[in-house]
Amino acid sequence: MAFFVLKRLVQSVFVMIAVAFLAFSLFRFVGDPVSQMTGVETSEQDRERLREDLGLNDAFVVQFLRFTGDMLQGDFGYSYRTRQPVAEMIGSRIPATLELGTVALLISLVVGVPAGVYTALRPRGFVSQTILMTTLVGVSIPTFVIGIMLIFLFGVQLGWLPTFGRGGTVEIGGWTSSLFTVEGWRALILPALTLGVYQLTLTMRLVRAEMMEVMRSDYIRFATARGIPYRSLYFRHALSNTMVPVITIIGLQFGGVIAFSIVTESVFQWPGLGLLFLDSIRFVDIPVMGVYLVVIAFFFVLVNMAVDLLYVAIDPRLRVREAA
Amino acid sequence: MLTRLIQSEPVYLFLRSPAAILAAFVAILVIGGAVLAPLLAQSDPYDLSSFSLMDGLQPPVWQGGDPRFLLGTDDQGRDMVSAILYGARLSLMIGLMSMVIASVLGVGLGLAAGYFGGRFDAIVMRIADVQLALPAILTALLIDGISRGVLPPEVHQDLRVAVLTLAIALSLWVNFARTARASVFVERNKDYVQAAMIMGQHPLRVMLRHILPNIMGPLLVIMTVDLASAILLEATLSFLGIGLPADSPSLGTLIRIGMQFLLSGEWWILWVPTLFLVALVVSINVLGDFLRDVFNPRLR
Repeated sequence: MAFFVLKRLVQSVFVMIAVAFLAFSLFRFVGDPVSQMTGVETSEQDRERLREDLGLNDAFVVQFLRFTGDMLQGDFGYSYRTRQPVAEMIGSRIPATLELGTVALLISLVVGVPAGVYTALRPRGFVSQTILMTTLVGVSIPTFVIGIMLIFLFGVQLGWLPTFGRGGTVEIGGWTSSLFTVEGWRALILPALTLGVYQLTLTMRLVRAEMMEVMRSDYIRFATARGIPYRSLYFRHALSNTMVPVITIIGLQFGGVIAFSIVTESVFQWPGLGLLFLDSIRFVDIPVMGVYLVVIAFFFVLVNMAVDLLYVAIDPRLRVREAA
Repeated sequence: MLTRLIQSEPVYLFLRSPAAILAAFVAILVIGGAVLAPLLAQSDPYDLSSFSLMDGLQPPVWQGGDPRFLLGTDDQGRDMVSAILYGARLSLMIGLMSMVIASVLGVGLGLAAGYFGGRFDAIVMRIADVQLALPAILTALLIDGISRGVLPPEVHQDLRVAVLTLAIALSLWVNFARTARASVFVERNKDYVQAAMIMGQHPLRVMLRHILPNIMGPLLVIMTVDLASAILLEATLSFLGIGLPADSPSLGTLIRIGMQFLLSGEWWILWVPTLFLVALVVSINVLGDFLRDVFNPRLR
């Protein structure tokens, strides 16, 4: 077990080094940092002095090591656009995106898993067919159109929910949260639904496929023959055996949630990481782009590690194999 | 020849699938409209002199608008019908081109990786794995951002369409590469390929003349599905304001412009291009699903 965790840790460190390298190359080779920092009037000597002061004339490896060292100490440099420290800019945006993404994932699980189980158990029923048809349409409609439709229906026509921003927020130890006010929740519903719908269809289809596979297996047939009550059969025997692939897909979906949060945040003007990333692309704010990549990769790695550990917790066979 | 075509299996299945017929009908309508846009449209949305501010914000005909503008006009007085026809033309062109580039690149790399195996295969597949972990939209955004940094602003403005096409193509090639590689692994050990290799034919000839035609089925399915993805990706990027600017509007740009009218009463400026886009993408996806069933008899 300890060996397993250690191996994953080492792999993760390598992934992070690769991403840091990418961010560094972006910073170093896309556009000239010196010309970004100086004006037109700066003389050639001043530029050369700045270049020397910043250490841009040092060997590539030395520069990369310095870059990585600074990052590890929490120094992410300054934005070209706002001249603020990037760490502050990113840090202030993380809570908004994480809360949005988590609620969206929860929606996709709370609705997707039961819907998947139901459609697997009654594949020919009217309700199942309706659910399946709806999800097929849901997959084909782009995220931003779903967002626009929700805004139009609940924001404009019915006037029930706000259509932009985070509503009321509460500051708890540096974490700006919208989960503790009614206004905050009201503002969260539409963006989270928009982001969750696509994930929901994926979750549902996967659970359905796995469930149908398991229901055909011998041990389920045998359990049915033993006269085990259906509720126990479906949820204890069948569903718990579909959990490993489901958890994998949740880990993979995290990437999708982050990527599509860019779109969702843009539609709802949600002040999160995605909106910041879009602005940094529009204004060629390379430091922010680079750090965004590093932060996202860090979340990816964390989630994947958590998923791997969950496997071991869920599937006893993996524990046995590790021990052997 | 014609009777053979009519009696063939795909056509037989097609005529028995109402969803596929409907989807094909919608797709032909939209694509036809886009191709013939210069003939069908009454005004050119790129030409400022062809429309007038005086005609701005006309509702569609059935809501009492000017009979010259079937689906109304936007705030600049652009005819919505002309705007969506030209918009779809641009969207389809970018979608098709990026799909073609992605398929040539992906199939080429996949064929070579499957055929030669070894280190080349390992490198290509590692890159593919990394890219698969990143969602396509993130890759496209990054490529676009990098190109903005590398190219001077004026050049970037001129190369807008090319950059966008390339960014989309580079985020979609992985599907083609993986499918091609997997199919080559199956085909490579079959007798006809072995025979061709033993005859001393050039690897390029074996790959393109012998293997490629035999793995076209699954590739065709991916081409259809990826065409829909490419169109969606372009629309999303343009909607985010990263893609095409307002003076050469694709469907995504039109939707972004229409968002400004979401809160006011002019619903048609937003919903006409949105419904047009959804109809196009859904119909292509349904056709893709149909093709998948045709090429995969086990699913029938």
